[in-house]
Formats: sequence, structure tokens, C-alpha cells
Amino acid sequence: MEFLLTLINGVSLGGIYAMIALGYTMVYGIAKMLNFAHGDIIMVGGYSIFVFAATSFGTLPPWVSLLFAVLMAVIICALLGFGVEKLAYKPLRGASPLAVLITAIGVSSFLQSLAQVFFGSAAKFVQFPDLGSLSLGELTVSYSTLITLISTVIVMLALTLFVKLTKTGRAMLAVSEDREAAQLMGVNINFIISITFIIGSSLAALAGLFSLMNVPFIKPTFGSLPGIKAFTAAVIGGIGSIPGAMLGGILLGVVECFSNSVPTLAPYTNAIEFAILIIILIVKPTGILGKKRREKV
Amino acid sequence: MALLEVNNLEVSYGLIKAVKGVSFEVNEGEIVALIGANGAGKTTVMHALNGLIGKSGGTVSFGGEDITSIKAHRLVGMGMAQVPEGRRIFGELTVYDNLKMGYYSKRDKSEFEKKLNEIYESFPILKERSGQIAGTLSGGEQQMLAMSRALMSSPKLLLLDEPSMGLSPLYVNTIFDMIKKVNSLGTTVLLVEQNAKKALSIASRAYVLEIGNIVKTGTGAELLNDEDIRKAYLGG
Repeated sequence: MEFLLTLINGVSLGGIYAMIALGYTMVYGIAKMLNFAHGDIIMVGGYSIFVFAATSFGTLPPWVSLLFAVLMAVIICALLGFGVEKLAYKPLRGASPLAVLITAIGVSSFLQSLAQVFFGSAAKFVQFPDLGSLSLGELTVSYSTLITLISTVIVMLALTLFVKLTKTGRAMLAVSEDREAAQLMGVNINFIISITFIIGSSLAALAGLFSLMNVPFIKPTFGSLPGIKAFTAAVIGGIGSIPGAMLGGILLGVVECFSNSVPTLAPYTNAIEFAILIIILIVKPTGILGKKRREKV
Repeated sequence: MALLEVNNLEVSYGLIKAVKGVSFEVNEGEIVALIGANGAGKTTVMHALNGLIGKSGGTVSFGGEDITSIKAHRLVGMGMAQVPEGRRIFGELTVYDNLKMGYYSKRDKSEFEKKLNEIYESFPILKERSGQIAGTLSGGEQQMLAMSRALMSSPKLLLLDEPSMGLSPLYVNTIFDMIKKVNSLGTTVLLVEQNAKKALSIASRAYVLEIGNIVKTGTGAELLNDEDIRKAYLGG
């Protein structure tokens, strides 16, 4: 029973990692850059929920207030992702990858400092309505875990269908494979990159929500560790691959929960996760589902 | 008025001038070949035409419209499609999805099926392989797919960059037959080729490019019989 519970919690946590990892992997695949500010988008999403939930609690029923806060968080993060790309990354199109990487780190510390200015560096408690838990025989699962799980499944299905079935989705795949050839087909690269940042940042907002439902405290570095974990997940799964990010995220979440459930391993959980990354990189440098890229001449 | 008019086109890579004031034109219905050795600037001219690299001088007009500084992704919608050097099909997508990408610039969904059927009729092998991942096709089939993908947008002008590169002699013939057929159905063709003999044999007119300059022009037949050209490009 305990095994099953740990598994459910692991997949649920993995779902959060997967949502963040999707942002990393899609941006990497399409804009060919590592967006190290992605974790801080989660943080902005978290603070948005904090602000909008706090201001609307009492005036609105708890559920409505929560949904309102999440919607606002998604909109704010989507706009932020769009804006960051336009202001910070787009001028560097064609610059060396190192310049872009350093800029991303700059954006990251800018966003963290901004949060510190507005909210201070101490952790703030985020008030959520008590959702309770579901009991099935001996098994007790909190509704927040279930909601995370179900939302993850829905998000992943929706994203997979979007990429496979829509014109924009297909163009995203084409751009990630060969940007110039896609342009020759009439694909506007700037539009596709913007869409990618908007989708990735919206998912980060959702990840912020689900993280807060697990641990309802927010501080300016809120997104750092999940960001690094999710980046690890994206690399384990094969960076650039959408199913890879999903697989890597869930794998990492499950490992984390099982490791935490064994008292002797629990202190080493982070080390174990990063060790998995190192092993994967040695055995299969492109990640589990990653493909070898042909170098173009 | 010519369909494509290139005036004094110049392209530089940093300090190096790769194309030094090239002028040529392509009239409606023609197959025009741009021939020259490695490094003559053929592909650079192509990339400058399709907007993938910037021009440092000169003008280009297409169908009477100035397209000198128009972005690459807008040209296909205007009727200028390109098959890039090295085919550049989307190897991880299916054959069908590649063709669908070729139709990206168009909006009319009902026309898509019609266009697709036209392509499938002309190249039954693509229909047979429609669900296959394009990267698994042979080189010749990939070239066929690359051309079909470009044709999906019903272009007025088709730019072909080294279509015979890396193909077996058998497929080179197939591809050149395909070019003639496409042209006879009303698409104007600008062809860049290292295989000068093949290119001149189907070209209405041709330009010879040497280190960034056009050094000679004439009809395909004239150039095929030209003494200098024979020595330099056709093996004597």
C-alpha cells in the first residue's frame, strides 16, 4: 500500500517536473538556447497566485478565487515569457550561445531581485482552500496530488495533440529540425519562437501552482531548485524531445519520492537524482529519447 | 517584363565579397541555369534571392515587385519556392507531413487535397511512402520529396539549388526529367548546378558564374557548344 502511495506521489511530483521540463526542452528545440530564467517564471507564477488568491479570498468562494488566481498567473507568466524573449533574447539571435546563456542567467537574477524588492526575501505562506483527501480502503491520497496528476495528464495530452495535429505544432517540429528550411516553407520563425515561450511559460505557471499546493510557501528562489531538477529531467529524457521531457520528469519525480521514503537514502535524494543524470550522460549522451543531430555543413 | 530581375546583386561575408554585382533575369516559362565551379557564388546568389542572407547591394524584383529586403518566410506566399541545396527535408516528419509543410503558406484547405493528389499522381512512390518517416527515404526519393514539397505551394518560380548533388546517375536523370515536366506544366525554373552538361541540356538560357561575376551568357545549346565552356566545365 505504501509502495502505491509513494508511486502516486512520485508521478504527481514528476508531473510538476515534466511541466517545467517541457518549457526547457521546447525552447531548446526551437530557439536553440537554454533558458535558465525558466525556473524564475515558476516563481513569478507562484507570487501571482499568492497575490491574487490573497486579494480575492473572502470576496469570492475559495474555489473560484483559486481558479481566478491561477488564470491570472498563467496570463502574467505567458506575457512575461513573451516579453523576456522579445527584449532579452531576440536581439541576440545569431549571437554566440554563451552570450545568450549569460543573458538568461542575467534575466534570472533580475527576476529574483525584483521579487525580493516587492515581497522581501522571507518565505510567505500561501493560503489555499483545504481540499481534503480521498480514501480508498487503506489508501489515502490528497486531492491536491490527484489534481496535479490529472492536470499533468491533460496538459501532456493536449500538448502532444497540439504538436501533432495543428499547423503551428507541425511548424514547431519543422523549425526545431531545420530552421532555414522551415523559413523556406513560409514559417515565420519569430512567431513560432514567441508561441513556444508563451506555452512554456504558461506551463511554468501551472507548475508553480502545483508546487505551492505541495508546500505552500513562496520566496524569491522558489523556482531555482525545481528549475534545476526539471532541466535535469529534460536532459535525462533527451533535450529537445517533448516525450523525453515528460518521461524524464516523471522518472525523476518517482525516484525522488522513493528515495525520500527510505530513511537512510532520504538525505541523499538530490545527490541520487543528479547521479542518475551523470550516468545517463555517460551511457547515452543524447538522453533516453534524444536523437543524434547531424551537424549541418 | 521578366518574372525575376536581379540587378547588380552584391553579397559579402564580412570583408569578403562573394557576389560582386551580378545581374540576370528569368522570364516566365523559362528554365534558366546558373552554372559555375565550386565557390563561384552560386549558392550565395540563391540564399540572397530567398532572403536567408542579407544583400550588401543591388536589387531584386519578382513579378514586378521589389523583393530586395523581403523576409525569407514571405516569399513562398508570393509565389517563389525553393528546393535548398542538400534537400533539407524534415527527416523526422513523415512524407505526408513534409508535403503538408510545403503547403504551409496557403490557407485554402480544400485545395490541399487536390494539390496532394496531383503530387501523388506524378510521383506514386511518395504516395506509397506517405506514412514513412522522411529521413528513411533514399537520397533520390528525398530529392523528389524536396521538389514535391516546394511544388505544394504552386509556385510561379521554383529555385533549385544543386538538385543532382549526391545522387546516382540514374536518379540524376529522373530528377532532370522531373524538372522538365514541372516546367512544361507552367512553372518557371531557376536552376543552380555544378553538373553543367545536364543543366545546359535542359536550360532555355544559362549564365556562367566565376568568382562572384557573371562571365558568359547564352542559350543552353550555345553554351553547350562554346569552346571555353566545354574546356572549363564539360570536360573538353
